[in-house]
Amino acid sequence: MWGRAGMIGIALYCLVPFYWMVVSSFRRTSDIYDVSPLPSPWSVESYDAVFAEGMGFGRALVNSLVVAGTTTAVTLVIGTLAAYALARLRFRGKNVILALVIAVSMFPGALLIVPLLKLFTSIGWINSYQAMIVPSMSFALPLTIWNLTTFFRQLPQELEQAAMIDGCTAFAAFRRVMVPLAAPGIFTTAILAFIATWNEFIIAVTMVNDQDVQTATVRIAQFTGAAKFDTPFGTQMAAGVLVTIPLVLMVMFFQRRIVSGLTAGALK
Amino acid sequence: MTGRPRGQSWLAAAMLSPTMIVLALVVFYPLVAAMRESFYTSGQTLDADGFVVEGERFAGLANYAGVAGERFLNAALNTTLFTVVTVGVEVVLGVAMALVMQRAFRGRAILRAGILIPWAVPTAVSGLMWKWIFQADGVANALLGTEILWTADGPWAKLAVVVADVWKTAPFVGLLVLAGLQIIPSEVYEAAKVDGASARQRFRRITLPLVKPALLVAVLFRLMDALRVFDLPYVLVGPRKHSVETLSGLIWDEATRVHYGPASAYGTALFAYIAVIAFVFVKLLGADLLSDVRARRKEARDVG
Repeated sequence: MWGRAGMIGIALYCLVPFYWMVVSSFRRTSDIYDVSPLPSPWSVESYDAVFAEGMGFGRALVNSLVVAGTTTAVTLVIGTLAAYALARLRFRGKNVILALVIAVSMFPGALLIVPLLKLFTSIGWINSYQAMIVPSMSFALPLTIWNLTTFFRQLPQELEQAAMIDGCTAFAAFRRVMVPLAAPGIFTTAILAFIATWNEFIIAVTMVNDQDVQTATVRIAQFTGAAKFDTPFGTQMAAGVLVTIPLVLMVMFFQRRIVSGLTAGALK
Repeated sequence: MTGRPRGQSWLAAAMLSPTMIVLALVVFYPLVAAMRESFYTSGQTLDADGFVVEGERFAGLANYAGVAGERFLNAALNTTLFTVVTVGVEVVLGVAMALVMQRAFRGRAILRAGILIPWAVPTAVSGLMWKWIFQADGVANALLGTEILWTADGPWAKLAVVVADVWKTAPFVGLLVLAGLQIIPSEVYEAAKVDGASARQRFRRITLPLVKPALLVAVLFRLMDALRVFDLPYVLVGPRKHSVETLSGLIWDEATRVHYGPASAYGTALFAYIAVIAFVFVKLLGADLLSDVRARRKEARDVG
């Protein structure tokens, strides 16, 4: 009885604010301040406005996809190599490197952007994709290494030993045997890294001020209405829903993996 | 895994070098450059004879003068208050959510997908969403029957930012704690029940101590995140707003106005603050964290 009430409470807590964003996005601009639980009438006016010319929202979504996709791909390649070495190879200074990776993930982004802003200004990288991709690796790479190290540790040792007895070099054992076995862990890590980069804000808002290169999270925060002080809430809610939908779909399909990925680092 | 330690060292170095190069470029270079920058001024200055001097000049601790200034102290206070209140509330709510979810069997999968939604919503979007909910004519005031200006610069803005942050991250804490609860064997509870322990005793004597390691890790993650918060107050209330300006917000503002010296000094101060909090946290409460690492090391040694 209490359990059921608690579950309903949690569901309401998590979903009601999100629900309100969705409902508001389907109201007409003229009745945006209504507080009825459902829009009457339903309208896609706000969605039309999001994709109106001059808003640059479609472009911003593409930019987000490029930045988050590239960061995730590069990070996975580099991070898989490092994670395997940390989980399976024997060498000195391993714990120091592991501690370093954890410490790095706690560095404040605000400190890192100051010299990088200066550097990127002097080499002409402002308003470029790489100005967002490269600094994003400062948080995506530790996350990737930490998760994959945990994952590689759980795989049985015998497999690569067998491969090496059969004449594989250590690296071939990694590439031919361990990487295919680790595919589920790599996939989970890719989802987490993609979501983290997709949601990134401080780097994107600092390194880019050209609308054509801005990512979606920054773009919608800067939407303005016809008059300067008239905030277009309907448009913002519609854009917010569109930016969140890919993530909500990932969560629906891969919730079991995401939860195991999120909690792996904390428990093992 | 015996016999080829030397070969393994070479392979490890090769496999780790891309990571080290990237981290050197995007973390250690900025860290060192920022610390150096914090002792220099740039731009045009007048020298002793009244001539214009271009370029960087050593400035000693001049950039750190602002650390004692009203704006920095206000930002430090805002950041600290935000961190203490949000992490405190999130731990209580997170533990409560985890206890509810642990009991639930039917509908657990649906609940888990639902609980991930606040986590998945980008912070910038959640900022806009709460800005809309907290509008003067918005639904929060309508439901509460109040006419509070939540998103204007002022004390209510602090509460709005806290509410928005708690909504987004309490479920995340709940998930981490739930994972910790699930590895407690049910026999322990059954044995306690047989011995006549009440529900409250079972919670205080079994659940809390056994879930403590997972909870501590969650709190450490959250502390580090809350201390560097930037996007939520930026989107929900706005940049350069006195009541919700955080240290990251202040550093960002100085950097984008090309005040690299003060920005670096404040950044270094924030870095030191976070490092001290992390150190104290691990020292005071981290016996579990460390014992976990030691156990893992021993395990690794036994296997290797």
